[in-house]
Amino acid sequence: MIVEAGHFALALALGLSLVQFAVPLWGARVNDPVLMNVAPTTALAVFGCVGFAFLALLIAYVSSDFSVLNVVENSHSTKPLIYKISGVWGNHEGSMLLWILILTAFGAVVALARRSVPIKLKANTLAVQAAVTIAFLLFILITSNPFKRVVPMPSEGQDLNPLLQDPGLAIHPPLLYVGYVGFSITFAFACAALIDGRIDAVWARIVRPWTLAAWAFLTLGIAMGSYWAYYELGWGGWWFWDPVENASLMPWLAGTALVHSTVVMEKRNALKVWTILLSILTFSLSLLGTFLVRSGVLTSVHSFAVDPARGIFILGILIAFIGGSFALFAWRAPLLQQGGLFAPVSREGALVLNNLFLTTACATVFIGTLYPLALEALTGEKISVGAPFFNFTFLPLIVPLLLILPFGQTLAWKRGNLLGTTQRLFVAMGLSLAITLALIALTFGGPVLAPLGVGLGIFLILGSLNEVVTRSWSKGSSWAVVWRKATALPRSTWGTVLAHAGIGLTVIGIAAQAWSVESIGALKPGGVLKAGSYQVRLESVKPRAAFNYREDVASLNVSHDGRELGTLETMKRLYVTRGMPTTEAGIMTIGLSQIYASLGEVQADGSIGLRLYYKPLVLLIWIGSLIMAFGGALSLSDRRLRVGAPSRAQTFQTLPAPAE
Amino acid sequence: MRFLFILLAVLSLSGAAHAVQPDEVLKDPALETRARGISSGLRCLVCQNQSIDDSDASLAKDLRILVRERLVAGDTDDQVRDFLVQRYGEFVLLKPTFKAHTILLWLAPFLVLILGGLGLLIAMRRKPARPAPEGLAPEERKALDALLNGDKPSGS
Repeated sequence: MIVEAGHFALALALGLSLVQFAVPLWGARVNDPVLMNVAPTTALAVFGCVGFAFLALLIAYVSSDFSVLNVVENSHSTKPLIYKISGVWGNHEGSMLLWILILTAFGAVVALARRSVPIKLKANTLAVQAAVTIAFLLFILITSNPFKRVVPMPSEGQDLNPLLQDPGLAIHPPLLYVGYVGFSITFAFACAALIDGRIDAVWARIVRPWTLAAWAFLTLGIAMGSYWAYYELGWGGWWFWDPVENASLMPWLAGTALVHSTVVMEKRNALKVWTILLSILTFSLSLLGTFLVRSGVLTSVHSFAVDPARGIFILGILIAFIGGSFALFAWRAPLLQQGGLFAPVSREGALVLNNLFLTTACATVFIGTLYPLALEALTGEKISVGAPFFNFTFLPLIVPLLLILPFGQTLAWKRGNLLGTTQRLFVAMGLSLAITLALIALTFGGPVLAPLGVGLGIFLILGSLNEVVTRSWSKGSSWAVVWRKATALPRSTWGTVLAHAGIGLTVIGIAAQAWSVESIGALKPGGVLKAGSYQVRLESVKPRAAFNYREDVASLNVSHDGRELGTLETMKRLYVTRGMPTTEAGIMTIGLSQIYASLGEVQADGSIGLRLYYKPLVLLIWIGSLIMAFGGALSLSDRRLRVGAPSRAQTFQTLPAPAE
Repeated sequence: MRFLFILLAVLSLSGAAHAVQPDEVLKDPALETRARGISSGLRCLVCQNQSIDDSDASLAKDLRILVRERLVAGDTDDQVRDFLVQRYGEFVLLKPTFKAHTILLWLAPFLVLILGGLGLLIAMRRKPARPAPEGLAPEERKALDALLNGDKPSGS
């Protein structure tokens, strides 16, 4: 019964979204506050309905209700509870429902932001947001109904794909979706500004927290997915330039550019039109990512044509929203007033450069991902665009960006002084150069790019910390004063510093992978395999059974220069229901580095194949990303973004925030 | 968003082999290094975006052995690649060749950067011609007065 109620709630949400779309839009046009105030109320109601539908599906999963097709196909009664829950979004229909749930949740939060958003802007924003909701509700109701019943009811489910039965994958999609969908709010605000024909620093101040939050979540989601691929797929790699990864990287790159351009807009009232365009672009890329992953077009243009219903539907959504918003942009953008002049050498100038490089990098990923599809569709020729292409084109765009980053952060607003900036960065540059040279000397004969990359990472860290030093330290001041000044710096400053230092850490982690060591061998119990100065001894291979799988466990004893460090286990699993084998990598963390072991097949002579890696500083890749996201969150908690709105926005539409 | 990818990875697991096995490794370390270099640039044709060096599929294993056989027979790296392209088409190369049909792909990043840069220059040059708006709009003036006079907006 609850299943049908869930289905009904979705239909109800669709009806309410239509109201949320039409009424406030009209209200904003005729300036009727009553009509405009319909927006927040309906937004909350839509969220309630979708939330109920999601809950209904969740209950069906947790109670293993095998009369529901979706549960049959993706669940099993013996599955641990956490995977019964994560199974809800471990499939197409459920993940779309989660997408909509997050979308409407964001709408509800905008609706509740009672004080900070002018009513007209809010009404238009929620109307645009409702349009997105309508499109996706139609998609799920027409092509991807998760509540479909199955008759006769089977007695057992087909289990969730074993690769998805992993804590990392349980939280990866929600994080990623919050990021993707978060940009829908920025998009809605941008369209609302275009509809209204006015935009100012207040707009930027309202939009920035949303952008920052979406960006931070997307960062977390991508990092999480990367770490999951690293330990679950068993190849030891952490980024594969897979189209699905690229689909999440593109909005991240555009979103990163957006986070920076809104700063310029908020502080200096410049780059307005560009910021609007970027908001539209970022969400368009999120939609594109959804299309790429959900339509099956990635495997081949042909597999897309086999079952086109879903693909065509999302393609329709894509074209309608991207085309519509760009048309709106072309029509209304000339109305927006440009403001805020600045010299080319200035903080703004540096941020413009940042935007240029980030969007070019984004375009590169975009073209690399879609070129094979377009070529196949147009000429029938099949080519592959893989990691070698992206490494070759992406890195030359990102490295200059990272090199100018500390300079940009140090430059003054409006008109900067390049010489003075260089002087202020002198210590950071000198130190990182010295470390790079020392590393080159130490690792002479090894990979050349590794020390350079590490040096760049250190420059990024020192260069961003430099801002804290110059703003809190002066000659002769006591440590207590320095500490007080440093802690009194705005949180957004600390956020910037941390996010940039986080990139530095990630860069170091990536560069250090050039020093990783791999070895492959066939071992019998007692046999030994070496990777660099580390050595493993195969203790035993034993069978073991758990809830829903059987596995062969290889115990490896790890030692370093004859000193024992402990045991790690690596497994070959067989998930019984699907009869599917997986390998579980055995990982031992030593400081920031890891020993990574992955089981191969049994050889003819009874020994087992083993891949062993020593990966120096590999954890920095993800620690850096976590710090980046934390920097975003810290910036989000800046008091400037929390207070400063008048108590009632209704009667005071134009300038809700007083000067700082 | 990796579900599709995983699904395909799973489909390709059917061979239940595993990336580079000990029995495939060549005795000569120099040849083996070359073999690894070549195979990391070759696509496993039945997988999604995986090199044959990473892939678990049995086809990838066959290709890995093939690459090594050709190397042992004395082929250069390019000869091995050409041999595979002849057999499987350009699809097998993860790094596309620079030819007429990929020229746009290879040049696109530079074109975007250059065009973007040019656009910026033009925008920069045109900007100073535009006068900054003078004074405040009436509603801004009203709002400012309200702030300066310490009046909260009515209704609070």
